[in-house]
Amino acid sequence: MTQPYLKFEQIGMRFRRRQVSTEVLRDIDLTIAKGEFVSLIGHSGCGKSTLLNILGGLLQSTTGEVFLEGKVVDTPGPDRAIVFQNHSLLPWLTVYGNVAIAVDKVFGSTKSRTERHGWVMHNLELVQMAQAKDKRPHEISGGMKQRVGIARALAMQPKVLLMDEPFGALDALTRAHLQDSVMEIHARLGNTVMMITHDVDEAVLLSDRVVMMTNGPSATIGEVLAIDLPRPRRRLELATDAEYARCRAAILGFLYARHRVPARAAA
Amino acid sequence: MPAVSKTATLSPAAAVPVPGASAEIVAFRPPVRPALERAGEIVRHLAGVILPPLIVIALSLFVWQLLCSEPGARLPPPTKVVADAWDFIVDPFYDNGGIDKGAFWQISKSLGRVAIGFSFAAVVGIALGVLIGQSTWAMRGLDPIFQVLRTVPPLAWLPLSLAGFRHADPSALFVIFITSIWPIIINTSVGVRNIPQDYRNVAAVIRLSWWEVFWKITLPASVPYIFTGLRIGVGLSWLAIVAAEMLIGGVGIGFFIWDAWNSSRISDIIVALVYIGIVGFLLDKLIALIGHFVSHGVAAQ
Ligand SMILES: Nc1ncnc2c1ncn2[C@@H]1O[C@H](COP(=O)(O)OP(=O)(O)O)[C@@H](O)[C@H]1O
Ligand SMILES: [Mg+2]
Repeated sequence: MTQPYLKFEQIGMRFRRRQVSTEVLRDIDLTIAKGEFVSLIGHSGCGKSTLLNILGGLLQSTTGEVFLEGKVVDTPGPDRAIVFQNHSLLPWLTVYGNVAIAVDKVFGSTKSRTERHGWVMHNLELVQMAQAKDKRPHEISGGMKQRVGIARALAMQPKVLLMDEPFGALDALTRAHLQDSVMEIHARLGNTVMMITHDVDEAVLLSDRVVMMTNGPSATIGEVLAIDLPRPRRRLELATDAEYARCRAAILGFLYARHRVPARAAA
Repeated sequence: MPAVSKTATLSPAAAVPVPGASAEIVAFRPPVRPALERAGEIVRHLAGVILPPLIVIALSLFVWQLLCSEPGARLPPPTKVVADAWDFIVDPFYDNGGIDKGAFWQISKSLGRVAIGFSFAAVVGIALGVLIGQSTWAMRGLDPIFQVLRTVPPLAWLPLSLAGFRHADPSALFVIFITSIWPIIINTSVGVRNIPQDYRNVAAVIRLSWWEVFWKITLPASVPYIFTGLRIGVGLSWLAIVAAEMLIGGVGIGFFIWDAWNSSRISDIIVALVYIGIVGFLLDKLIALIGHFVSHGVAAQ
């Protein structure tokens, strides 16, 4: 048997605040194949970001290990580039500068100056932001900032692209544009992607598999749903697709029938 | 449908053209106003900014003139100030040797001292602020001490400084340094503390070294705070130099005032006060302007 590309093995996470220790995650087991697009869905506060940040190396799990290509993940690194929910662009750098700071660091020793410039521009073109390269973050819209965040992450040529509710703060129309862009890029580059969302349609539209998490505390993986819809997917056609409707219903059923937000977690 | 117009106008980069969006852009674009109307608006704006202070100044001068015109008034009225200090006002560049020099030389000498003392304070203050801001314990331990020291008035440092340096000039510089450094340290360290976790996460993902984090993240991210500290600091250093020069003597606008008092040249003192105020105001604006350019709109966030 070949070793899995990405593997979460018995991940557990406890946070200690003063004397109180809460178990946020327990017994997370998941394997992800190369090139797969996996979405993580669950109610707010169940621990999705925590799990993503463990994969990103920004948090250390209390128990268990994450393996990427057989190697234990324990520090942050460009092979697991993250698209943050609030874009996290550096406001004193231009759009170009925000991508270049990553490219210069990651490829400083392997690419020449001209190659790096070309690579920055290539990635900005990929997200259709090349013509705004000299603008600063406060001069562009939220959707454009998120595009730059995606370009910065893609430019690191990550083994896995991590996205934490990348479109959560955007209006519906901008969000649809960006979802289409992400699908297109995924089709072209074949990245392995792990994305957090709490939008059921977004999860079904983009993913190969949707991982549904139970409510916290002590959240774990409740169900994994494979989305067998052919690609390229078009949102208008899917609106009337029976398989799409079935997947959607399955996720909604999980989230709202079996794992309704408990009253105490709503606080 | 505000969402449509916003997307269409703000992101020409959008991959999928929105059907019917272009028609809406036209509808939402404000009509182009004639240049004449805009010029009139600018003039009106300037008048609104400049007129009120002019009126207040004119009124104050008028009241001052009324109050000080009777015989036996202790202070000269504005007309007499101008008449008495006429030489000092019209020729800022005269140099009769010794300390008998024009306003330009007096102010330049003081500004030179401020430039040196304040530069030291800026460099040392920013460096210390960054170091302290890295550590919660350093912040907790040192902050109360700084908060106490920053309230010590400039002149209170002077005897200590003279005892240490034994010469007037370095003492004056030290007084400037020690007076202006506290707000720089305090604000810089608060700025470093307040760097959003997001920026640190970005640095961690691309694996910047400690030194790169310092240059590329910490320093630029705390620029707005640093310049707040520098603005307060430059104001304090100007206060300090005037006070210190009164005691140490020699050329400088501070001792000029003391000297004028000893020779009962009240009008010269009043003119010097106006100059000091204007220079202080310009120093503040200068730092603010530099800060504006250096921060590249970080403060706009
Ligand atoms: N650094 C931390 N210290 C203590 N508790 C935390 C910390 N980070 C997250 N938590 C807690 O862990 C739980 C899961 O958080 P998170 O992963 O952000 O949820 P989600 O992303 O699913 O909304 C929440 O209850 C949150 O309060
Ligand atoms: Mg989250």
